[in-house]
Amino acid sequence: MNFKKIILSLLVISVAIMFTSCGGNGSSSGNGSDSTSTASKNEILGAGATFPYPFYSKVFDGYNQEKGIKVNYQSIGSGGGIKQLQNKTVDFGASDAPMSDEELAKSPAPIVHIPSCLGAVIITYNLPGDPTLKFTPEVLVNIFLGKITKWNDPAITAINSAAKLPDLAISVIHRSDGSGTTYIFSDYLSKVNADWNTKPGKGKSLDWPVGLGAKGNEGVSGLVKQTPGSIGYVELVYALQNKMPAASLKNKSGNFIDASLQSTSAAAAIELPTDMRVSLTNTEAANGYPICSFTYLLVYANQSYGSRTEASAKATLELINYVVHEGQKNAEKLGYGPLPDPAVKKAEEILKSVSYNGKPLL
Amino acid sequence: MTPAISHKAKRINFKEKSFKKMLTLSAIIVVVILIAIFFTLLINSLPSLKAFGVKFFYQKTWDPVRDEYGALPFLAGTLLTSFLALVISTPFSIAVAIFLGEYYKKGVVSEIFKNLIDLLAGIPSVIYGFWGLFVLVPLVRVVEMKFNIPPYGVGIFTSSVILAIMVLPFSVSLSRQVISMVPGHLKEAAYSLGATRFEVITKIIIPYTKSGIFAGLLLALGRALGETMAVTMLIGNTHAFPTGIFSPGNTMASVIANEFTEATGTLYTSALIEMGLFLFVVATIINVFGRQIIKRFTLE
Repeated sequence: MNFKKIILSLLVISVAIMFTSCGGNGSSSGNGSDSTSTASKNEILGAGATFPYPFYSKVFDGYNQEKGIKVNYQSIGSGGGIKQLQNKTVDFGASDAPMSDEELAKSPAPIVHIPSCLGAVIITYNLPGDPTLKFTPEVLVNIFLGKITKWNDPAITAINSAAKLPDLAISVIHRSDGSGTTYIFSDYLSKVNADWNTKPGKGKSLDWPVGLGAKGNEGVSGLVKQTPGSIGYVELVYALQNKMPAASLKNKSGNFIDASLQSTSAAAAIELPTDMRVSLTNTEAANGYPICSFTYLLVYANQSYGSRTEASAKATLELINYVVHEGQKNAEKLGYGPLPDPAVKKAEEILKSVSYNGKPLL
Repeated sequence: MTPAISHKAKRINFKEKSFKKMLTLSAIIVVVILIAIFFTLLINSLPSLKAFGVKFFYQKTWDPVRDEYGALPFLAGTLLTSFLALVISTPFSIAVAIFLGEYYKKGVVSEIFKNLIDLLAGIPSVIYGFWGLFVLVPLVRVVEMKFNIPPYGVGIFTSSVILAIMVLPFSVSLSRQVISMVPGHLKEAAYSLGATRFEVITKIIIPYTKSGIFAGLLLALGRALGETMAVTMLIGNTHAFPTGIFSPGNTMASVIANEFTEATGTLYTSALIEMGLFLFVVATIINVFGRQIIKRFTLE
């Protein structure tokens, strides 16, 4: 009997919890749907990419101190950010990869991309003696395709004559969760190799030919650190914070480039399209690191939708303008590549094109 | 005086009724939520059900880039890890159940043991994952090097060992209960015929409780099938079909956990949800089956 009583009370409690949490959800989505009122109450709502989250939270915190406007940013992932913007439950979205033509076509109204900073993906490895390695695109692709299986393969030793490479099997470690990092990395491999482009191709999750999967940057770096002879890819920020070895890569101009914040920003020194939806991987820039990408903030081109007021639209745009200008000084400290001047100019043009009922906001 | 009493009676009556109503309502809501979850999964997996049909369960490729989804490697991974976990944990769980249900039914030692085993069920699975990653993986790697297998450390075997520890309390608690319920006169009759304690256990207790023990194992299996976090951390997460117990693989639950957050496209999301639906149905069947056995056992 006692047991029954306990079960019953547990049931009641769990139902109560469910109700309160449902209630919480309901009210927060309610906040989102009329973001106009939240914005006028000095709060701007955004959601999306996890990768630039440390950068955004620092910049938004500074903005709150300077202007007294609170920004509520939820790092739920790029896919989620795009969905929330499409459902008009946030003031702005954020995504690592530019939205695809299909995603843009599915959106209820035109969306513009404003670059906020740059990120890079580095190749890290675990080898005895921690040698500094160089890779050409072909070698890198063949390792991840499983065609090169030993560290002392002639293809690797030929470009790394200075390093002593052991007769050790290569264990490939990749991300197991869907991620923008995988997207950028596979985008690069697809560009430099036709075989990779046909299969597995590029995407946030892939059908990997070889290797082990680990969850998140911390999972990949943890497994690489544990497994002798392993190779994996992680975000530059993560590698800088954890002092992990990073290979230098041969870029399109034929230069071997070390992964750094400078070489990341340098990758953006190319002819940029007006809508900024550009892939920087395998960049044309002579000093650019080849696996880089912009990360974007997303807003509707016409800000007068739903019950959105001009004031809240203006507040959102001023915030983004702040990220593109004053906010950039935080980028390098946190391990992100700041926007180079041409990219800032383009971002300004895009921000000026955003309107409220045909009236420009900035 | 009388009106006051009847007033009080009414109030008590009202209290009783409203309490009963609240309980009924809570019970109904739980059932409704369960059914709602089932239909949400069903409706959202329709695109994938239509596109792949039964092929979903025997195709080996899982390629989000090309929108082709076959769950066979994950199905195999789920079954392999769960059953291997059961095989590893069964001897221990029966031994512990006999120890606590027959040898040390009461007393401080028994209480401590019971609580500790129940505590195993309360440890968050991410902690099992961490422990596995830092302690078990290096050990398995050493073993793998001895056998000349690629020393990944992570894989089906490692996940099964962790799962075995995680599901142990579920089978132990039920087996212990049924073993302690074996009627005393049966055991005494055996002893009076000159049976040793070992003979009583193997000839009386185990045959008498075998369906209860089996039900406990089924419940443990149900837990193992759905376990996500610890397995995700230890299984190696490859989409390839597992080639042996030391090879890395993937389970249905861990694929969902890994890929759902960033899944874009209707078919991709739908394929992941279909896997969730399948897991839900299998777990339900195993649970219902296990409970039926327990019921029959308690009626006997």
